[in-house]
Amino acid sequence: MQTKNIMIVGVGGRGSLLASKLLGHLLLSQGYDVKVSEVHGMSQRGGSVVTYVRYGDRVYSPVINQGEADYIVSFELLEAARWLPYLKEDGQIVTNTQQIDPMPVITGAAQYPEDLVEKMKAAGAKVDALDCLALAEEAGSAKAVNIVLLGRLSHYFDLPEEAWMASLEANVPAKFLEMNKKAFALGKNA
Amino acid sequence: MRQLMLGNKAVARGLYEAGVCFISSYPGTPSTEITEEAAKYDEIYCEWAPNEKVAMESAFGACLAGRRAFCAQKHVGLNVAADPLYTMSYTGVNAGLVIGVADDAGMHSSQNEQDSRHHAIAAKVPMLEPSDSAEALAFAKAAYEISEQFDTPVLLKMCTRVAHSQSVVETGERNVPVKQYEKNIAKYVMMPGNAKRRHPIVEERTKALREYAETSPLNRVEMGGTQLGIITSSTSYQYVKEVFGDSVSVLKLGIVNPLPEKLILDFAAKVEKLAVVEELDPIIEEHVRRLGLAVTGKDVLPMIDEFSQNLLAKALGGEVHTGRTLSEQVPVRPPVMCAGCPHRGLFYTLKKNNCTVLGDIGCYTLGAVQPLGAMEMTLCMGASIGALHGFNKILGSESEGKTVAVIGDSTFMHSGMTGLANVAYNQSNSTVIILDNSITGMTGHQQNPTTGYNIKGDPAGKIDLEALCRAMGFDRVRVVDPYDLAQCDQVLKEELAVAEPSVIISRRPCALLKYVKHKAPLAVDTDKCIGCKSCMRIGCPAISMKDGKARVDNTLCVGCGVCSQLCRKDAFVSTGKEA
Repeated sequence: MQTKNIMIVGVGGRGSLLASKLLGHLLLSQGYDVKVSEVHGMSQRGGSVVTYVRYGDRVYSPVINQGEADYIVSFELLEAARWLPYLKEDGQIVTNTQQIDPMPVITGAAQYPEDLVEKMKAAGAKVDALDCLALAEEAGSAKAVNIVLLGRLSHYFDLPEEAWMASLEANVPAKFLEMNKKAFALGKNA
Repeated sequence: MRQLMLGNKAVARGLYEAGVCFISSYPGTPSTEITEEAAKYDEIYCEWAPNEKVAMESAFGACLAGRRAFCAQKHVGLNVAADPLYTMSYTGVNAGLVIGVADDAGMHSSQNEQDSRHHAIAAKVPMLEPSDSAEALAFAKAAYEISEQFDTPVLLKMCTRVAHSQSVVETGERNVPVKQYEKNIAKYVMMPGNAKRRHPIVEERTKALREYAETSPLNRVEMGGTQLGIITSSTSYQYVKEVFGDSVSVLKLGIVNPLPEKLILDFAAKVEKLAVVEELDPIIEEHVRRLGLAVTGKDVLPMIDEFSQNLLAKALGGEVHTGRTLSEQVPVRPPVMCAGCPHRGLFYTLKKNNCTVLGDIGCYTLGAVQPLGAMEMTLCMGASIGALHGFNKILGSESEGKTVAVIGDSTFMHSGMTGLANVAYNQSNSTVIILDNSITGMTGHQQNPTTGYNIKGDPAGKIDLEALCRAMGFDRVRVVDPYDLAQCDQVLKEELAVAEPSVIISRRPCALLKYVKHKAPLAVDTDKCIGCKSCMRIGCPAISMKDGKARVDNTLCVGCGVCSQLCRKDAFVSTGKEA
């Protein structure tokens, strides 16, 4: 199988590491070779962050380049737009519609672009946009945005539900498991 | 068990399996997790040292005592530890000693992009370079065999993409070799007479290691198409395989110092064209040229930044992928100080007083970015204080009343104390501000000698910063709360005005520390807010303008209240809901 590429993009310090850990666990359990590349340190302090998840028969490079991503999973709308050039011709974007102003917008040096979902679609991208924050809050915690997104992503994968649940169980603390399962289901069925 | 493991965690696993008993390190991205992960094994004594030099010397002492030892640092940390390293090359080891160094091509979290292979060459010690987590684990173990077989410290070089990527590993058992310490003055006391006798041993050892590199399984040839042969190592190997697969032949080097000669000549003879693919400096390439071979390398590949599959494909002829672009510019999202960061109030005060701020390495380096823009120099760990001393010695009264050094608690312990000693000793009228947030922040919350806790979170010795500064001869040591802008302003003005050196300790724990209790988030009373944007001057990511009024993101705000001290209309109100 040719290597498949998932990018998880967002704003530093908001749960993307758990999402990549869970995906890595899931794909390894399905017998794939897997590589996950993360960003730590300075780049984590509220900056734009990206995590690469790659899987297949044999994965070499730990990074994903422009035009290579089968999926871009985004925690924030502007970040989905930023990484759009990394999407493959027939790739799929799954994005939270939440907007978090970057510092240049906060200081007034730049504007937060409007209608980004429409603009990404106009550029030819397949975009699945949903309000993950609202769904996460419905599940019981604003912090479960990552799991809502993964639930939505699972929609596009031909993997058994049990495999996703097993990875969820292996990666979230037991006391938050039910809440996260609910978040996953809300994302999947949205 | 087959599992996905971070490169740094795989190094830690390799250290565990190799029977390492002692690890002393100073945190630095991208090396930090090696020591953090190793500390989870009860069988390994682990500690954070005040700096890399102390860490390396401690590891040396442990290996002398007969147990395998390790220390880790980032590339610039190895500069700090270069002094012991270069002479440990002469003494050699007793039990194995391995030194982890993590380069940061692309400068994800560093102040320069230096290539630490130069240190291996200059110190004349072998260096191994893994290309994924499985190799990180295996090479860590192999490094101890080499260390003991050749009586030398061994450098294990990581890079961001190997250190911070997870890939599949198989783990093994732990085995602890033990040696006895034996007094050996000729080997371990490096005074001129002895060092003169050790140097030839070092040169002979390099020859022996080069011979070892000719046949070691750490270097391997993967024959494929013979039109192009590529010599490569580390993460560059992965990009080569990704782009070219078996269409080219590859000489994959796991030992990057010393480099083999016969192996390279034999490989070159089997291919029509030869290329070297290595990030940063052309070290392998120049070695290949010295062997009289024609080679492609830095003529088509950059010496700056990290590589990728697309970059290689462009330079050497492969399939380059491109994606679609958006019709409009997307604003950048640079890293920022967190909401509630205690550094913010202090930097706001410095900016308000129009201070010239000589800075240092840590989260607070973000004081240089807009809208605060309140830092004018950052060089290396500890440099703020030395630089302030020199600056004030030249400019005198012109600068003394408005120039400060800012340095974090961990950075001060690392190498700020000696700078402060110089201020006290050579008497410049300098004001040094220690930003004491009770943790090593940027690298992800490591303890340090001022926090009172060790790497495991257990109580440890605690250095009293005020007592330390007074003992050095500073009569003026003031403590301020950076959430209290009026107090910061008053104390700063007073200390800049006096004609003697002083230390201001700006003390409040990092807002991200789990034990820190926050107040309820604030909200804006839109009837009171006049949209003057005074609160926007502190660059808090929780505050933005919406429809001409300030707005607080209540998922980020921790109620620090710095913004409300700037508001002349009392528009910030507590939501009353404790986080």
